[in-house]
Amino acid sequence: MKSNLNEMPNKTETTPDVPRQFQRNTLMKQPNYWIFAAVTLLMMAVPLFTSSNSVLFMLTNIFILGVFAMSYDLLLGYTGIISFGHAMFFGIGAYSMGLSLRFFDNAEAGVLVALAAAIVLCFIVSFFVGLLSLRLRDTFYALITLAVATIFLIAAEQWRSLTRGSDGFNFTADIPNNLFGFINLLDRQTVYYLGLVFIVAMFLIMRRFIYSPVGRTLQAIRENENRVASLGFNVLHYKLISNVVAGVIAGLAGIMYAFSIRFVNPHSVLGVELTIDVLLMTVIGGVGTLVGAIVGAGIIEISSHWLMGLRDVHPIFERWVILFGIIFILIVMFFPAGIVGTIRQKWKARRSSL
Amino acid sequence: MLKVNQLQTYIEQFHILQGVEFEVPEGQVTVILGRNGAGKTTTMRSIMGLTPAKSGEILFQGKNIMALPPYVTAKKGIGYVPEDQDIFGTLTVEENMRVAMRKEDKATLERQEWILSLFPDLKAAWKRKGGNLSGGQKQMLSIGRALVNETPLLLIDEPSKGLAPIMVKKVMEALQIIKNDTTVLLVEQNFMMASRIGDYFYILDEGRTVYQGEMEQLRKDEELRKKYLGIS
Repeated sequence: MKSNLNEMPNKTETTPDVPRQFQRNTLMKQPNYWIFAAVTLLMMAVPLFTSSNSVLFMLTNIFILGVFAMSYDLLLGYTGIISFGHAMFFGIGAYSMGLSLRFFDNAEAGVLVALAAAIVLCFIVSFFVGLLSLRLRDTFYALITLAVATIFLIAAEQWRSLTRGSDGFNFTADIPNNLFGFINLLDRQTVYYLGLVFIVAMFLIMRRFIYSPVGRTLQAIRENENRVASLGFNVLHYKLISNVVAGVIAGLAGIMYAFSIRFVNPHSVLGVELTIDVLLMTVIGGVGTLVGAIVGAGIIEISSHWLMGLRDVHPIFERWVILFGIIFILIVMFFPAGIVGTIRQKWKARRSSL
Repeated sequence: MLKVNQLQTYIEQFHILQGVEFEVPEGQVTVILGRNGAGKTTTMRSIMGLTPAKSGEILFQGKNIMALPPYVTAKKGIGYVPEDQDIFGTLTVEENMRVAMRKEDKATLERQEWILSLFPDLKAAWKRKGGNLSGGQKQMLSIGRALVNETPLLLIDEPSKGLAPIMVKKVMEALQIIKNDTTVLLVEQNFMMASRIGDYFYILDEGRTVYQGEMEQLRKDEELRKKYLGIS
């Protein structure tokens, strides 16, 4: 366009008060920075108040599943695509770590190989699954991810010599107690802090990604693909980026899960139930909020832990999954945009009415 | 700048465009007129590649852009403002503009500044979500987004549709300025607006180009308006 800047109206009269350089949406400039800092500090202090391994174990799993759910939110909440096979990336990560620790005598080498293998495999699988299916309608993507995830599940069940089939394998004996000379992965407190660092780092990275130009384009794609294409953006290219980032982060979460659980079997880390769980975590917490995924992971982990514990109180709690279903229905009824999403909506409505 | 020959487009089994032909000379505003269902929007969508044409020829700056994906067409320098504006409702005005920017360089930011001087209403709504804007503001944002990149040709589909008269006036004033820099292909039902902005017109009927001429001629010829557009 031959812009007629010379003919622009007088600057003092009409030039808008809009920055010529865009500012980054950094967390420190946000009012909820203090909430983030306070929650992080509180979580850092938890081991000072409790030495209960089961509490630390549960919180560690919430951190890890929170990261897994955030990676799913990137797909569902920020790109608008639904996957029924996201667990395969989590499983790739968990199996990479379990197998590496089993086969490598040197723990450091094992961990590094697992890390590299998980990242490369998740990258390749998410790239090619995306390339095959993302150009089609979203329902095809959902079905193709389900099909590929099922292939991974069946492979893990059938390749008994490597994976020990449906029984899976425990690798507690292979967990290093002196990784890189100072990390004792057999210590629950160490794994807890590792999980906390992991979720804080992943949250900041994903937040940065979401507010980047690529992240904004993904949100626009979620709203209207055709419009984004007519603005000159290759929609498939951006969806692939989202798919690969979500896949690799889910793989990293799988690695951390292996450190925490010290056991893998096909259904616990590759099953479609895990994808449904992560979908529930994202929906309960609030789709497209990022932090909602962590809240959703916390609610699912704590409520399932609590409901299972009630089995000793009354036999009816043997059917805790049904009760969990009721809790889910109540949350959807009272928090239609998820817990974080609904709170945000109400907060904004209140602010705008003042 | 743009030449369309014998454009044939189907939507499912329906033969919508049955030989649309027109030319958009550089530096002019060419208006496509026609009754509802004549194929005006489909023509725009076919040029963009959103509803790909089955046959015919679309030449932009001498090169055939038929069957190109929409993002390639846009990158070649064609901006598109669709009929329903398609604002990203959960993004702010600022984010809507930034999403549209293929580059965030000095020239693009200057263009943004120019756009905001054309549409000061957008300045006031800079941090508001797209979904909370009025119809007029959405239209301004949609036009602004299409112009924020280097855009030699702007396709605008019914910019006055559903707008209050005051907003129609504002959009029209902005288009009067935009046309000094950018070649425009305008689809418009509002004859008053089309006749004030347009230089040349084509009338579509049942997917075919049935009449063409200088806008001045249509302004003066009431019989012609009655015959093809049903307005006096």
